[in-house]
Order: sequence, then C-alpha cells, then structure tokens
Amino acid sequence: MKIRDLKDLEHTKSTGLAKLYPPDRVKILVGMATCGAAAGAGRVLDYFRQQASDSAWNGVVEKTGCIGSCYNEPLVDLVMPGKARLTYKQVSIEVAEKIWKELSEGKTPETNLMAWLDTDEMLLNGGPHTLQTGAMEDFQTRVPRYTDLDFFKHQQHIAMRNCGFLDPENLEHYIARGGYFAFHKALTSMQPDQVIEEIIHSGLRGRGGGGFPAGIKWQSCRKAPGSPKYVLCNADEGNPGTYTDRGLLEGDPHSILEGMLIGAYAIGSNEGYIYVRAEYPLAVQTLLNAISAARLAGLIGKNILGTGFDFDVRLSLGGGAYVCGESTALMASIEGKPGEPRAKYTHTVEKGLWNRPSNLNNVETWANVPAIIGKGADWYRNIGTATNTGTKIFSLVGKVNRVGLVEVPMGISINDLVVKMGGGVPGGGEFKAIQTGGPSGGCIPKSKWDLPLDFDSLVKAGSMMGSGGMIVMDQSTCMIDMAKHFIDFLMDESCGKCIPCRLGLKRMHSMLERFSRGEGDVEELDELDSLSRAIRDGALCALGGSAPNPVLSTLLYFRDELETHIRDKRCPAKVCKDLINYSITPGLCNGCSLCAKQCPAGAISGIEEKVHLIDGSLCTKCGACAEVCKFGAVEVL
Amino acid sequence: MSVPFERLEAILKKVPPSPEHLIGALQGIQEEFAYIPPEALRAACRHVGVPESRGWAVATFYRFFNLEPRKDHEVSVCMGTACHVRGAAKVYDKFRRDLEGTGGQSDPSVPETSLNKVYCLGCCSMGPIAKIDEEILGNLDQSKVGAFIETHIKKVLP
Repeated sequence: MKIRDLKDLEHTKSTGLAKLYPPDRVKILVGMATCGAAAGAGRVLDYFRQQASDSAWNGVVEKTGCIGSCYNEPLVDLVMPGKARLTYKQVSIEVAEKIWKELSEGKTPETNLMAWLDTDEMLLNGGPHTLQTGAMEDFQTRVPRYTDLDFFKHQQHIAMRNCGFLDPENLEHYIARGGYFAFHKALTSMQPDQVIEEIIHSGLRGRGGGGFPAGIKWQSCRKAPGSPKYVLCNADEGNPGTYTDRGLLEGDPHSILEGMLIGAYAIGSNEGYIYVRAEYPLAVQTLLNAISAARLAGLIGKNILGTGFDFDVRLSLGGGAYVCGESTALMASIEGKPGEPRAKYTHTVEKGLWNRPSNLNNVETWANVPAIIGKGADWYRNIGTATNTGTKIFSLVGKVNRVGLVEVPMGISINDLVVKMGGGVPGGGEFKAIQTGGPSGGCIPKSKWDLPLDFDSLVKAGSMMGSGGMIVMDQSTCMIDMAKHFIDFLMDESCGKCIPCRLGLKRMHSMLERFSRGEGDVEELDELDSLSRAIRDGALCALGGSAPNPVLSTLLYFRDELETHIRDKRCPAKVCKDLINYSITPGLCNGCSLCAKQCPAGAISGIEEKVHLIDGSLCTKCGACAEVCKFGAVEVL
Repeated sequence: MSVPFERLEAILKKVPPSPEHLIGALQGIQEEFAYIPPEALRAACRHVGVPESRGWAVATFYRFFNLEPRKDHEVSVCMGTACHVRGAAKVYDKFRRDLEGTGGQSDPSVPETSLNKVYCLGCCSMGPIAKIDEEILGNLDQSKVGAFIETHIKKVLP
C-alpha cells in the first residue's frame, strides 16, 4: 500500500473503514496495552483467537490500545454490524467463556457488560460515524451509554481520540479515522509559516510540564540559523505514577508520527528522533512497527506525497535515567553520552542536538497537532480556558476507586476529576491530598480542590502540571513519608553534576528522616524551608530546580503534620515506623494464630484459640500481622 | 567470564561505527549477555570510536545497564508513587526478607535472585506491582508475595 496523493488517502480511508467496522461480520477487540496485558488480557486474546479458528465463526479478533479505564482491565469490545459497540469490563477467562457462549448462541452477551456506544465520534473524520442503525434494544435501558459513565462523561478525547478504537499498528485503521489528512492539508495547502501561525493561534502549550507555547518554540527553531534542524519527541516518561504518554505510544503511535511530520514541515527539518524509555518495551515495539508501516506507505522517507518533502525518524532508547527527560540531557543521551544537563545559556532551539537547532516536544503535544491542523485553531481555542486551551491527559492513580487515564478540558476542578470521576477512596476512607507533577510537583490538600486544573493555577498553588500525574492520597498517607519518597527518588536520579542538587537533596533527606523518627526541633522546619529555596535557586537544571517542590508544598500545607511528628512524637497517618506500635485487641482476637505464622521476627506469641500478644521489643513493624488478620484485631497505635 | 568473540562480533556488526551509537551497542550487548562484560564494553568503545572512559561513564550512568552477571531470577518491585501510596515499601521488604532468608542465613531452597527497586513500570492501576522475570504481578500484599515465592521461586529440595 503506497500513499502518493489525496486519492490514495481517500481510497485507504474507505477500505480501512470497512476493516474498522466490517459491514458483514462481528469483531472482537481486546485491550492489549501494558495495563491490560498485566491484568491478563493476553490469555483472553488467545482464547478468543483459538475459539475463532476452531469454529466456523465469521468474524475477526483484534488487539487495541487502552481507552483509559484501567480499573476495569482487561477490557473487551464487541462490534457487530449495525449495532451499538459493546464494552465489557474485567474480562477474565471465565467471563470470556460466557461471552463467547452467549455470542455463539446468537444472543447479545450481557455478562460484565460495562457500556454501549451508538455513535463513534471519529474526531478527524468529518463527523460522527453511526454504529447503531436499528432501534434501541432492551439491554440499553439497563446498561449505561459509554459517554454517560461517571468516569467518561466529563472527558473529551483529542490526543486520545483513537486509543481503544483501532489496532495501534494498523495504518489503514488510522487513516480510516481521518489520520494523515491533516498532514496532507499542511503539506499541500499551507505554507510552513501558516502552520506555525495556526499552532500559535491555537494556544497549544507544551504538555511535558512547563507549558511553553509550542508554536513560539517552533517559530524560534524555524528562524534559528544552521542546518540540519531536528524535531524530537520526548517519550522518556519517567515520572513515577504517570503513564499518560505510554497510553498514547501504545494506543495510537501514528498520531505522534503525524504530529512530528507536520512539525518538521513547519520548522524546516528532515530528520527526527523519538527518545523513548527502554522500560516500555511494548511502546518501543509499537512505535517501531508504526514507523516501518509509515515508511512502507511512503509517509516517511523521500518525496512524501509527491511534494518533494523528505523526513525520516529514528528511535533512541533511554537507559532508565529520569534526568534524561530534561531537554539538554535528552539530547546528550541521543548523542551517546551520559545524560547530564548543561546550563541553557543558549536555547536548544538554536543549539541543541549536535549543536544544531532542535525542537523538542513531548508525546502528548505531538499527538494534539494533527487535530489542531485538521479541525482548525479556532475549534481548539474554544476548548479549555482562555490561557490554557485544549485538553490534558491525567493519570489518575493512588487511593482512588476508578484508576486510569482521563483526558479532560483544561480548567476542570480537581474536585470534579478526583471525586466525581475517580469516585471515592477504596475501602471508604477520606481523601487527604493530591500530588501533581511527579517528583517535581507538590501536594495540594483537599481544602483547595476547587482549584481549576491548568498550568498557571497549579504553579500558583505551589505545584505544577508536569506530564499529568495525579496521585490521590487518603488519610492513611503520611506527608513526611511522601516527601521522603520523592527526595529519595530524586537523590537516586540526580546526575551529580551540580552541588545544590547532589548534596542539598541528601541533607534534605536526612532532615526528613529525623523528623519521621520524631527527632529534631520545630525550628528546624525553617532551616528545611531555607535549604529548599537555596536548592531551587542554585541548581543547574530543571530537575534540581524543582526538586524541593514536594518539600516546600508539604511545609506550606501540612506544617502541622510535620510539627505533630516532632513535638508530639506521633504520626497521624500511622506510617512512620519509629512512631507507631502494633498491638492486638483482646476482644477481637480469636486466637487463630495466622498472625504468628506470618510474623518474620517471631514477635507474636500465644496458644491457639487464646488471645495473642505482640512483643514490642522484637516487632519490626512490617505490618504483616495486620494485613493477614481477618478480624481487624491488629491495631496500630 | 570470557566473551565469545563470534557473538560479540555479530552484535557490533549491526551497530554503525560512530560515537552516537555507543548506547545502542551497549543495549545490544546487554540483550545478548544479560549484562555488560568488561571485554565487551572495551570492544564496543573501539568499534564506535570513543575512549574506554566514555564507555564506563555511560554504562554506570544509566540504571538500565547491569555490570554484574544475571542471577537465576530477577525481581523488580515498583517503587513509583502510585505503588508507594498503596504500600510498595512493605511489599519490597517482604521480598527482601523472604529472598534473603531469615537471620542472615541464606535459604538454600531459594535460587539466586536479584532484587531491584524500579520506578514506575506504567501499570499504576494495579499497584503495588512487581515484575518477576517477564511476568507482572499486580495488587500485591505481603501474603501474596509469600505465596508467590513459595510456588514460583523456591526450588523443591531433593
């Protein structure tokens, strides 16, 4: 399949559509992103494939990416001609067997049916695609429409427009959903400067963390003297607790490639790199397959779409260093050097990779570009707020019931996202705070959750957007422990080049360590504050400069909790080991001895069927007894 | 351990001989040998044309590279923030205790297993998680870890 011009694109679109929604047969889709695979989707996929090949069934089984509701993995979709698309949740082998049985009996399977969808929006395909041609069916009154689910109803998928709706490696599917038309439009009917103007006008800000206007960056790179110029994609998503980019890389790699192609044309570049972390093996493989499919079709390579425009893109694999998400460190790493950042006296748009003008944007930014060019900047500007246009993907994780990837218009409140969409704390606890922006961000307490989610409001609140990590904490999370966790991580990841970061973080860690033991003095909190500010102002790169944020925000919002540790020698969340004790409540213990068998320190004694006792001098406070007790008799004091 | 020349040559043949391909060459070596043997590192440096010091700088900078031979099993416990708030530290400690055996005596029924902390494998919805060789285990707690070690890692003694 070669794509040489608009006619070829149109032709592929219509053949692709017949594969996406076959008019004459049933299709089963299994969500096979990393989250699905880890939940057992691979076995489910094998099962359906086996059944399909063993029987005379006229249908296809395909894999797809993640639609975001990871709490319901493995997810399976059923597409039948003229009928609503059906989504099944938590499909284990047993559930898959039931679905198959009902399906082969000619029924509409209702086992674990989560939702149905009567039209597929197909953002870039010139209008919604009607799936259900007949009347409403009985089950549709019992099961909600997909877009009416609490988890989805506030969402708007632009970057994730195709995730979960196509086979990520299938170029025809992508084109069928309107893919590569925006690139064609830019290449054949717009001048490079017009493309840049469009991106500037859209208000798109870099989704990697800082929120710098993408169009302005492109413009600087276009104007910078020197050649060749490079367009780069930052797919080194290292923020612990964030997997927004993984969702796109595994779910819709062509949207990233198309964005880069448009960017390269606008900037005047013929060469690109995608820097992706080696910890995401599936993302790497999906990207490689997508690139070779695009190359085979002539969408990457020489004389693309017959216009004389050349572009090639290569993958560069990261080696597990968080600092490589920083632009200068990332470029050093592509050059084959240790990923140490440099001071940015000269911007990377002027002197970046191999000292040539280089434009770096992250995965989500690139994925937004085709939508902006395809639907126009005015359409995009109307989504979100005036200074924060468009949508943002968040990975909603931690102590929350509905965990997953959500793409919402900028400016939605934290409350709407965490409480309404996330739906409460598992086990019925109370929310305490959220942490945004990864280790470089900060914690925002529940009392501030009416705050709108956008770049500027988060910075004002002492945190940052980062790449969209949103970690929810409840009352059982200790804020000193959290701060220690982040500083621990950053100490590990500090490249060691500059002193404020290398030694300052160590010092910070030892102070937090002492507080968590109930040692120290309340006045030392001011010292911690001034140390944090010194690191923030003195460090060489963004990693060091933002490293104190978790501590500063903890000091700002949770100072009383820190003081309780120091002054009262008490950890309110009952986490800090030196300040807690385990004990067995006599009235609840029935003497089953389970705890004694689990105890690694031999600290629990007691005769079977009699109340047991924990010897505090031997107890290592591992908590194994509390986890295993079925009667809630082990109490933390 | 000496490195078979043919295997090394086969890897390096695929790597273009210029400095920016050093990391790629080392990744190829690790894929083949499961770690970076010093002889292989020297050969890679010669091949791409950088001093050996650069090779060591790169190999020690990136967490991904192992400089020690691989053990029978590899357990990586995710310490990412999402797993952390759901109790990853307790899960890690349980692995450490059980794999080391109690009282500092290593348990002969436990094959040599390397235990690492990793930051985020991107399955935050199933935290706490651990990766054992190529398999990912989710929603772990201490008793699940114990059961898993018993059934999957411990050898049955004769």
